[in-house]
Amino acid sequence: MVPPTSSATETSSGITLNVNGEKHTLPVDHRTTLLDALRERLDLTGTKKGCDQGQCGACTVLVDGRRTLSCLKFAVAAEGREITTIEGVADGDRLHPVQQAFLDLDGYQCGYCTPGQICSAIAVIEEHAAGWPSAATADVRPEAGPPPLDADEIRERMSGNLCRCGAYVAIVGAVARATEEVRADAVPTEEALA
Amino acid sequence: MTTATGTTRTTGAVGTARTRVEGLDKVTGKARYAGEVPFADLAHGWIVVSTVARGRIRSIDDAPVREMPGVLAVLHHGNAPRLQENFVGTMGPDPVAEILQRDRVPHVGAPVALVVAETSEQAREAAEALVVAYDTEPHDVAFDREHPGRYTPEATVQGPAVTEKGDLEAGLAASAVVVDELYTTPEQHHNAMEPHAAMARWDGGRLEVVDTSQGTMMTANDLAALFQLDPESVRVRSEHVGGGFGSKGWVRAHNVLAVMAATVVGRPVRVVLTRRQVFSLTGYRSPTAQRVRLGADADGRLRALDHDGISLTSTLTEFVEATGAFGRAMYEAEALRTANHVVALDVPTPTFMRAPGEAPGSFALESALDELAEKCGIDPIELRARNEPAVGPVTGLPFADRELLTCFREGARRFGWDGRDPRPGVRREGRWLLGTGTAAATFPAGVAPSTAAVTAEADGSFTVRINAADVGTGARTAIAQVAADALAADPQRVRVRIGDSDLGRAWLSGGSMGTRSWGWAVMAAASELRERLALSADLPPEGITVRSDTTEAVGALAERERHSYGAQFAEVAVDVGTGEVRVRRMLGIFAAGRIVNPLTARSQFVGGMIWGLSMALHEEAFRDRVSGGLANGDLAGYHFAANADVPVIEADWVHDPDPDDPVGIKGIGEIGIVGAAAAIANAVRHATGVRHRALPIRPDRVLAAGAAPEGTARA
Amino acid sequence: MREFGYQRAHDVAGAVALLDAAPEARFLGGGTNLVDLMKTGVERPALLVDVTELPLDGIEVTADGGLCVGATATNSDLAAHPEVRRRYPALAEAVLAGASGQLRNMATVGGNLLQRTRCGYFADTARPCNKRTPGSGCSAREGVHHNHAILGASAHCVATHPSDMAVALAALDAVVSYETASGTGELAWEDFYLPVGDTPHRETALPPGALITGVTLPPAPVAARSRYRKVRERASYAFAIGSAAAALDVRDGVVHEVRLAFGAVASRPWRARTAERALTGGPATAAAFAAAADAELAAAEPLPDNAYKVPLLRNVTVALLSELADRTEPTEGAQR
Repeated sequence: MVPPTSSATETSSGITLNVNGEKHTLPVDHRTTLLDALRERLDLTGTKKGCDQGQCGACTVLVDGRRTLSCLKFAVAAEGREITTIEGVADGDRLHPVQQAFLDLDGYQCGYCTPGQICSAIAVIEEHAAGWPSAATADVRPEAGPPPLDADEIRERMSGNLCRCGAYVAIVGAVARATEEVRADAVPTEEALA
Repeated sequence: MTTATGTTRTTGAVGTARTRVEGLDKVTGKARYAGEVPFADLAHGWIVVSTVARGRIRSIDDAPVREMPGVLAVLHHGNAPRLQENFVGTMGPDPVAEILQRDRVPHVGAPVALVVAETSEQAREAAEALVVAYDTEPHDVAFDREHPGRYTPEATVQGPAVTEKGDLEAGLAASAVVVDELYTTPEQHHNAMEPHAAMARWDGGRLEVVDTSQGTMMTANDLAALFQLDPESVRVRSEHVGGGFGSKGWVRAHNVLAVMAATVVGRPVRVVLTRRQVFSLTGYRSPTAQRVRLGADADGRLRALDHDGISLTSTLTEFVEATGAFGRAMYEAEALRTANHVVALDVPTPTFMRAPGEAPGSFALESALDELAEKCGIDPIELRARNEPAVGPVTGLPFADRELLTCFREGARRFGWDGRDPRPGVRREGRWLLGTGTAAATFPAGVAPSTAAVTAEADGSFTVRINAADVGTGARTAIAQVAADALAADPQRVRVRIGDSDLGRAWLSGGSMGTRSWGWAVMAAASELRERLALSADLPPEGITVRSDTTEAVGALAERERHSYGAQFAEVAVDVGTGEVRVRRMLGIFAAGRIVNPLTARSQFVGGMIWGLSMALHEEAFRDRVSGGLANGDLAGYHFAANADVPVIEADWVHDPDPDDPVGIKGIGEIGIVGAAAAIANAVRHATGVRHRALPIRPDRVLAAGAAPEGTARA
Repeated sequence: MREFGYQRAHDVAGAVALLDAAPEARFLGGGTNLVDLMKTGVERPALLVDVTELPLDGIEVTADGGLCVGATATNSDLAAHPEVRRRYPALAEAVLAGASGQLRNMATVGGNLLQRTRCGYFADTARPCNKRTPGSGCSAREGVHHNHAILGASAHCVATHPSDMAVALAALDAVVSYETASGTGELAWEDFYLPVGDTPHRETALPPGALITGVTLPPAPVAARSRYRKVRERASYAFAIGSAAAALDVRDGVVHEVRLAFGAVASRPWRARTAERALTGGPATAAAFAAAADAELAAAEPLPDNAYKVPLLRNVTVALLSELADRTEPTEGAQR
């Protein structure tokens, strides 16, 4: 039995958020979402607010390496997690292959859903490398082997990121190209991905 | 040469694919949109909206809310700053902008108060706690073609409400083949990914607003008029815009209330709409019901064409979704009538949405053409060829140019249309019935006066200043390309400054007229600058600046039928057992002027076609008759296409430089959606043998309609 | 959203104690439903007890060949787990058919079972809704209801349960384990969700303050041949308008064992026992599948705008069972 501590009645807390490898200590109103903490408190406005209801994917960030909707996560509940936002996916001045592919292939128009698309795509490539099936996978049984990351698989896996400009066709191309580049880079560490 | 990805001039910047100049900022998250520019001492506003569809505010109990943590102000009709009465904005009388001015509630989701607080969390909680009491009145939100309140407006934003030529009834009576059908489209919402947001502050006697706007000139002028300020004292900035599609640039709740709040609390205030508020506060496309009557000889030549549409508007003001405008310059017919009607209901005010009029209008008329082709036993493309007009069917004006059939020929070749078996309902692949369809597209090619300034900087670079907006079109990049060619310079040496009302007068990003209007002004200034530079090699430290104003040149354009054209093709798969429809591929071939940037232009065409797909299969706002509000006003309930809905979609273009534009541009923002839904509906008919005349083609509708057995395809 | 306290629980006893001490408290799992409902004002807890760090995220094969899934296992981990995909492919498919990759990474198995309806009136605090505000009325019955219930509804509520995962669990006879301050307990699937009746706001038989700790699937060899089929208004990232989970074991052309459950048709995942009874021991033919679906759907009481769900479920059932019958016979034996 654990007696309620002060934070059971306190409505704000001092927390430390680990974002893009940097620790930020800040007081937060418990009502503050991770999305608002990033945008309003840490001035990391690359993560976008499209619906604030988990219905568009614009706020996608990586939490402990997994793509997550930051609008549905309270900042206080994100303490202790490793958070990666669009501002943290490049390697210094060298864009992540997904970023470069979106840029080169015009995988966006207005750009508002783009950071979420890119964070999502980075995770899609990793999820697929880990052998995760999707709703587009014809046979999910492990005996069937991992599905190829073809256009239908990319479309399904990227469907949690809405784009109203209609950049989907180029997004699929960009994710496909980036997948090849990530895998080429990852040859020596294939085991780590699986 | 019938097609070219690119243009005849391949040496210049115009016509060469270029990635977006702001692309790096967009893929790294550095690009800041309206709600993301930081300000010291920023306060946050949260809008409270009405919960009843018609009535008056009896009371607003703001006293307890003012005592809540962090609350700075509660604005409502009883205490809000007074605005210009009978406000007339850039686009005409606009009572929707007169926010918090009276106790009258015109619809569910109308602004009734704004709570301003230190944090957005505090403002939201206080807004939820605000008790508003209403005296309600019976409301009417039921859109119906035969509504007793229907009337014919004096005019629409797309021209006259009614055009009539020839004896329609006689033409129909003399026709061997007649199509007479009703087509409907539902209420549709823009839903740009970036919700409307604005920050307002007073700075040294000037009002500064950071807004999400398709045109800051309009926003600034309208805010000045609404708040009765000197236009010079209002500055609106809009660096990056997360999509607009017709919904941004107006003075609406977010920016009006931000200005009011900044004025009252004396601090910068930001107001961001929730997604639900976007549905009720920023406009939408009206539902439409359109009766189309076509009369033709047995060989498909039209004798009579009647396109009669009705849309709704609000009780506040009139906005007409002019579906009847689509057919005015498309097909030759001795008797031709187009008409637009409207009915005012207790609903939010509809507005321009990507291809207003043409998008729903083309669904109806291009579906009807397909029905006529089938009845006549003529290929749908051949039918259109037989009805090609020599001059504007309504105006009698010559066409500036018209490459519709070129688009169809090229599209048919690339899509594999030739040899298509016209019989419906005979192609099966597993659970799927397969079909193909086509439809025509058109959109007016317009231009509006703009000003621009181009500077030759002392360091050898150039700066273009023009109050354009980049809502995702690639405007910055296109402007740099146009300027580079006019200056005979590398586009890398051209900086472009846009999105700031202090930059001067320019047309907004709308009506497929942005790039053309800006390009003209930039071309004029840059060309003159180049001539001046040729005369003098010495640059002063401040550089040399040349300004342009295209008002005169644009006004001198001869009257012509000026349009873009396109041919849309779609292949669909339909499971009539579940009602699922999947688009397997689409192809659009467009004649839309000189293409400045093939990379971003293709994105816009394809994006428009995806809008058409989405309109055909998914989009529909459900208005609850009892409450008057939407039953699905969020992105989980209001479906637009997700990635998995979108197949390989190709867009390309034929050589079609506008003969009267200095750059040859026509405009491409809207034509991609026009005809796309009809092509899909026509393909569904070809697949299943059943004609769907109500959008969207939902699973329940497909399921209920089923498939016509082979050879018995029914209407 | 009102202000609230936040506690991260590190053991189950502590979590249930916290909730027991604070009547306006809620457990916070992935937050994918609760946080949204807090934003719309439907839920106004005074305390959130974060259960995501409880040691309840395991997915293990049980000694008898069934499966034990911890309540805080994410939907993603459940769908990716090789033993789930091997033994209960319909469950993996159902989870993958739901929401999006991001939401599946967040959503927990326990939370998924407790999802609230997606009825638009439930989410709109300005409208009557008996599920949200008992006694206020049902707006959907006379309003927009094309995606509402056709089975098991009442005059008080016609909302549907939105989960895909739970439809597969219904077909698999899952057992729900929970813990309260006074001890642990289990609920058989049939007892877990309550009938709508005149208490649509009471959705499950969980005692007050109970924390779901896990879901146990009994061994079900038939489930190795199972699938989930979902129909929705766009191809992905949308709730079902009709779905079915099915498992089928056909021997010599005769249905030896069948499991069938429907989604998006009732306030709970709808186990189609009438259809199962009609099929068992009979021929595995499309005609028999259709007759069984008809028998199940004979109880349907559609509203004016959702009658399409009757033929939809019938057709999905026939297609799904036919596919399973084709897949399993004659090349694969009954042992798989």
